[in-house]
Amino acid sequence: MRTLFAFHGGVHPPTHKDESTRTPIAQTPLPSKLVIPLSQHVGNRAVPIVQVGERVLKGQKIGRPEGKLSSAVHASTSGTVSAIDMQLVAHHSGLPDLCVTLIPDGKDEWIAHGGVDTKQTSHSELRHLLRKAGVVGLGGAVFPSDLKTDAHHHKIKTLVINGAECEPYITCDDMLMRERATDILRGAGILRELLHAEEVLIGIEDNKPEAIAAMQLAVGQDKHDKMEVLSVPTMYPSGGAKQLIRILTGIEVAAGVRSTEMGVQCFNVATAYTVWRALAHGEPLLSRIVTVTGNVSDAQNFDVLIGTPLDELVALAGSKPDTDRHIMGGPMMGVDLPAGTVGITKATNCIIESSPKLFPPQPPALPCIRCTRCTDVCPAELQPQDLYWFAKANNFGKTQEFHLFDCIECGACAYVCPSNIPLVQYYRYAKSEIHERERDKKAADLARERHEYRQLRIERDKQEKAEKLAQKEREAAAKAAQAAATPDDTQQRLIEEALARAKAQAAVAHPQNTETLTPGQSAEIAAIEARRAKIREMAADAGADDEPPKSH
Amino acid sequence: MLSSPFIAQPSSVSQIMLRVLLALIPGIALYVWYFGPAILVSITLASITALATEAVMLKLRSRPIKPFISDNTALLTAWLLALSIPPLAPWWLVVVGTAFAIAVSKHLYGGLGSNPFNPAMIGYAVLIISFPVHMTHWLTPHALGGVELSFVEQLNYIFNGVLPSHLTLDAITMATALDTLKTQLHLGLSVSDIRDMPIYGRLAGKGSEMVAIGFAIGGLYLIFTRIISWHLPVAYLAALFATAGVFHLVDPQHYVTPLFHWFSGAAMIGAFFILTDPVTSPTTAKGKIIFAVGAGILTYLIRVFGGFPDGMAFATLLMNICVPLIDAYTQPKVFGKKGAGK
Repeated sequence: MRTLFAFHGGVHPPTHKDESTRTPIAQTPLPSKLVIPLSQHVGNRAVPIVQVGERVLKGQKIGRPEGKLSSAVHASTSGTVSAIDMQLVAHHSGLPDLCVTLIPDGKDEWIAHGGVDTKQTSHSELRHLLRKAGVVGLGGAVFPSDLKTDAHHHKIKTLVINGAECEPYITCDDMLMRERATDILRGAGILRELLHAEEVLIGIEDNKPEAIAAMQLAVGQDKHDKMEVLSVPTMYPSGGAKQLIRILTGIEVAAGVRSTEMGVQCFNVATAYTVWRALAHGEPLLSRIVTVTGNVSDAQNFDVLIGTPLDELVALAGSKPDTDRHIMGGPMMGVDLPAGTVGITKATNCIIESSPKLFPPQPPALPCIRCTRCTDVCPAELQPQDLYWFAKANNFGKTQEFHLFDCIECGACAYVCPSNIPLVQYYRYAKSEIHERERDKKAADLARERHEYRQLRIERDKQEKAEKLAQKEREAAAKAAQAAATPDDTQQRLIEEALARAKAQAAVAHPQNTETLTPGQSAEIAAIEARRAKIREMAADAGADDEPPKSH
Repeated sequence: MLSSPFIAQPSSVSQIMLRVLLALIPGIALYVWYFGPAILVSITLASITALATEAVMLKLRSRPIKPFISDNTALLTAWLLALSIPPLAPWWLVVVGTAFAIAVSKHLYGGLGSNPFNPAMIGYAVLIISFPVHMTHWLTPHALGGVELSFVEQLNYIFNGVLPSHLTLDAITMATALDTLKTQLHLGLSVSDIRDMPIYGRLAGKGSEMVAIGFAIGGLYLIFTRIISWHLPVAYLAALFATAGVFHLVDPQHYVTPLFHWFSGAAMIGAFFILTDPVTSPTTAKGKIIFAVGAGILTYLIRVFGGFPDGMAFATLLMNICVPLIDAYTQPKVFGKKGAGK
């Protein structure tokens, strides 16, 4: 039996998971339209590569990744692009973003696709395929998975597969593990290969015995070596990547440190599943499991096409009329969605239909009494009451000294606060203010540099002009003196002088320092030219994404 | 749009303070059992004064009255102060002390959560400095048998200052166990002689030792229900015990046992109910221990070498001043940064 480790703090909110695990994952019918945001991942927004009115096939790429940190977006079904415009999206900012609206034709016609033999394919090719398939972390962070499979020469000992699912209400990973354990493990196997990890540890909270059993059975059936399914104590937020890594390996990954530097990498179970589907079957990320629960008559999990309008999804679960809000995610870290029209994205693990009865508004906040219940539950081992105090006083320097940016915004502090202080809001406020100030400072620095450079340039121009003037005056004086000395051959001399000037000017205008190269220098120039041509070629490839980028 | 988390544990300041008030009940019950119901009069008086002062101050500070007055913190201050004042003290003493505690030491410093000093201890300090004589008339426990006042006679004394014609104040009151010890030691008696006096019981003062046990029981309830952390009471009692123990071992005829110090005066109520006021104590675990150890040593030094019979209140107030400093220097390392330098 492996020893597990504990992390500091944590809370036990009522789980409310039974409501949505009574029935198997249901397939949703084709919706009337799909609103597919082009930014569903961490990094640059994908660039639309389809036109309004164009017919697209299921699995066809409609947005290509822009730059390294980005991901592809695909048509979830066949149909016609009806709009590419700014629409409200399922994101905590509440701001509109560029979306492709697709009207399904009902045929659900696939583009030609197929898997690869992952054993016979190079790692750089596999990563490229993941990028092409738009695979991102489905645990909520939506970080492009191809980048996470590159350990940057760090030796990886443990691959952690996160099936903890500690947030109340959410059961999408639970149901996925119950029903599709084999594919999850095969995906985990590929991830292990990509990372050269020695062992795979799968952490699942002990309130999911069915999922644990299914996963353990699948490990045995597929004879996975050095792959262990571990039941971890139910304790929010054990599903945070840092917390689960700590529980399973004892390693604490500090804020700002990549876990790979400490020999660990962590993927969510749904990501592992998607990795398998993308590589072995050639299926891009077109759908995901979404829990629909809360104020609904039939809470359950659905296999939902990316882009499905929220309203159409919640109607399937029987959303009740007194629903006043849609929450994406769980009640601890979820986001209050701006409208029912937003499309389901890759980050949407759960929709909680909320009513004032389900989540009653908090009573007014009282002052902090420094009871330190927040400190007791903080998994990042911060002093939430001090951070609150400093954030409230706009003392942002102090918040950073007290490690504000180590806060994972899990909400455990606000959950236990007897004074009902919305602590996390204060931390978010402080963080955004600090970011804002840093941006302002950068802009001001840039403006100052520009100004200083301009001053410098004006000064230089002035000096040059003054010098030129002085030169002219000197020449004129010299000429006058010479003319006085030898008046006879003035004509001849003037011609000679003009010729000499012209020659000198010609030399200045066409500096040919390449004419006197050594053979070594020539070779170097040739090599540089060749490299540049290659880079241009690769940039074209990356843009078109038709060929794998050259591995580095 | 609302912001997460959308759920919260059903807990409130008012509930926490109510649990603390409940935890005082065993001690108060034993108080009534050994000394009669006069203490209930002071508690009632202090409670009414506290709520009235709280309401007036909230009004003057333009704060909403209802959420603050129902937070039970003013009541807790009132109860703790009433328990530190002799039950037969005149009514105005209780009123002045409580009003000062709430108006000055709580609200003028910013109200709930902002006061640097424990309000009940400020109230006590003001009274013992301003009215030292009134603060020494403690009731004799029933166990000593002497003359006793009926409840009506007690009320008559508290509100009108009138005693039954055949009695003097000295006949029905006495100094506390700690006070008597100090006076008698000055008079040249040894500890063993003094301990043989009828006012002393097995641990400390007759009656008062039982009240202290009552407070300890309530305090343990608070620890087990996680209303308070163990750090403060354990560190305080340990420091008091250790300091008293060292002196006692060196000269048992001049210095009483550590257990005597535990069960005398305000040590128990202080350890579990006064030091543990979250607003005026440190927030870090290490800080709590430093704070409580300091208070324990100071309590002993003031009791034995100082001019006041008990040292709890001044020890608390002195340590209250140090809280911001203690907090600043005891910041624990955060997740993932324990091995490294920062």
